[in-house]
Amino acid sequence: MMQEKTVNHKAWFLVLPVLVLVAFSAVIPLMTVVNYSVQDSFGNNQFFWAGLEWFREMLAEERMWDALARQMAFSAIILAIEVPLGIFVALNMPKRGFWTSFCLVVMSLPLLVPWNVVGTIWQIFGRVDIGLLGYTLDALGIEYNYTQNVIDAWVTVIVMDVWHWTSLVALLAYAGLQSIPDAYYQAAKIDQASRWKVFRYIELPKMAGVLMIAILLRFMDSFMIYTEPFVVTGGGPGNATTFLSIDLVKMALGQFDLGPAAAFSIMYFLVILLISWVFYTVMTNLDKREGN
Amino acid sequence: MADLTVNTGATRKASRIRVNGSALVMTLYLVFLMLPIYWLLNMSLKTNSEILGAFTLWPQNLTLANYATILTDASWYMGYVNSLIYVVMNTVISVAVALPAAYAFSRYHFMGDKHLFFWLLTNRMAPPAVFALPFFQLYSSVGLFDTHIAVALAHCLFNVPLAVWILEGFMRGVPKEIDETAYIDGYGFGRFFVKIFMPLIASGIGVAAFFCFMFSWVELLLSRTLTSVDAKPIAATMTRTIGASGIDWGVLAAAGVLTIVPGALVIYFVRNYIAKGFALGRV
Repeated sequence: MMQEKTVNHKAWFLVLPVLVLVAFSAVIPLMTVVNYSVQDSFGNNQFFWAGLEWFREMLAEERMWDALARQMAFSAIILAIEVPLGIFVALNMPKRGFWTSFCLVVMSLPLLVPWNVVGTIWQIFGRVDIGLLGYTLDALGIEYNYTQNVIDAWVTVIVMDVWHWTSLVALLAYAGLQSIPDAYYQAAKIDQASRWKVFRYIELPKMAGVLMIAILLRFMDSFMIYTEPFVVTGGGPGNATTFLSIDLVKMALGQFDLGPAAAFSIMYFLVILLISWVFYTVMTNLDKREGN
Repeated sequence: MADLTVNTGATRKASRIRVNGSALVMTLYLVFLMLPIYWLLNMSLKTNSEILGAFTLWPQNLTLANYATILTDASWYMGYVNSLIYVVMNTVISVAVALPAAYAFSRYHFMGDKHLFFWLLTNRMAPPAVFALPFFQLYSSVGLFDTHIAVALAHCLFNVPLAVWILEGFMRGVPKEIDETAYIDGYGFGRFFVKIFMPLIASGIGVAAFFCFMFSWVELLLSRTLTSVDAKPIAATMTRTIGASGIDWGVLAAAGVLTIVPGALVIYFVRNYIAKGFALGRV
C-alpha cells in the first residue's frame, strides 16, 4: 500500500538515534580506513602522507585481481544455483497444514547455524576418514580431497553455500507465492493455461519483488563471505578459495599492512556499493511499477 | 464409456504423480539439509576412538561425555553465555533505535530521506572484514575492548539498517488514518506510538528482533576480533578443541550441536511469521 506521505522535516529527530549509532559504528571506522589508505608508516606511530600511492599499488597487484575474479565467479555460481533451486523448492512446498510449518522450521535451521559451525559441519562431513560425504565418495571410488584438489575445494565450498542459503531464497519465494490470490489460479484454469504459463505469467511476476530482495541479499552476503570457506579450506589449496574478505583479513590482521589493506578495503566496499546500487534501483522501480 | 474411464483414470494418476513429485522434491531437499546436521549430532554422541576407529552410521556406544565436558567447564559454557548476552543486547538496541526511524521513513518525506535510507542500507552491505581492524582500534581506544557492549554495538553496523528496512515494510501496511485519528483523539506522539502503533506492528517487531538475533548469533569475524577473554563468544571458543594431540572431534561436534539449539528454539517460536519475515514485510 503506497500512501501519500506528508512533508515533515521534523522527522529527522526520529531518525537521529539511528544516525548517531550508525555514525559511531560505521562512519568513524570508515574514516580510519580512509585515513590509513592515504598514509604510510615507518612504525612508532609516525605517519606520512602517501596520497594515492597505495591505491595505485593495489590496482597493479595481481593478487587483488585474482581474488576479485574468484569472488565474482563464486557469487555468480551460487546465484545461478540458489535462485532457480530456491524457486523450485518454493513451488513444491506444501500449501497448508502441519507439513508447511514442519518444512519452514527445518528449512530455516541452516540459516541459524553460526557461520563457523557451518564451516565445521562441512569440514567434518567432507573428510574422507570420518565424514559421511567424503567416506561415501571414497567408497564409490571417486577421488575426493578438498584440501588438496582445487576443484574438490570449490565444489565443497559451493555445495556448502547452497546448503546454507538456498532456504533463504526458497522462503522468500514461498512468501511471494502465498500472496497470490486464488482467483488468479482459477482464471488461469478457465483459460486452460499450462503449468509453465501459470508460472511465467502469474507466479514469476508476483514473486519479482521478493526475488529481487533474495538476489540482493544473496549477492551482498556471498560477496562478503569469509568465515565458512576460511574454516573449511583456509583459502586453499594454495590460493584457490581465497576470496576478497579472506585476502583482506590476511593482509590487515595477519601481515598488518595497514596502507594497502585500507586501500583494498575501500575499493572492495566501492565495488559492493556500486553493484548493490544497481540492484536497489531496479528493486525500487519494480516496487513502483507494481504500485505497492 | 471405456474411453472415459481410462481418461479419468489417467488424469487421476497424473495428478497423484504430481502431488507425490512435490513430496519427493521436498523430502530430498530436507534430507539434503538435515544430513550434515545429523552427522554432527551423530559424532557428538560418539567417543573419539569410535569416531576415528570405525565408520558407523549411528553411535554404537552412546555417550554423553562430550556434552558433559562442555557443560561442566566454565571456560566452555561461558562462551554460550557471552554470545547470548551480546546478542540480546544487540537485538534490544537495534530494534529500539530502528522503531522511530522506520516510522519516520514510512510516514514522512523529509530532506534527504531517500539518500539517508540508501546510506543506511549500504552499511548492511559493508563487509565485516573491512571493519575488523578499525573496530579493534576504535573500541580499544575507548576502553571497550573485550566487553559485551562492544560486540553489541559493532553488530549494530549491519543489524540497525536491516531492522529499519524490515520495520519500514511492516509499517507501510498500517493505514495512515489510524495515526490521524489517534492524534485527533488527543494522543501525543509517544503515547500513540507505544499504546496504539506498536501493538499493530507487533509481528513486524518480532520479525525484526528475530533477524537481529539471527545475524548477531551467526557472526564470528567481528565478535572474535573484539574479544579476548571476558566476552569471548562460543564460536571462537570452539577453536580450543584443536590441541597438541590433534582435534577433539567429539567435543567439537557437541559444541557445534549446542550452538544450533538457541537458533532452533527461536525458529520454533516464530514459525508462523517466518515466511512473511523473510520477505521483510514486503508481501
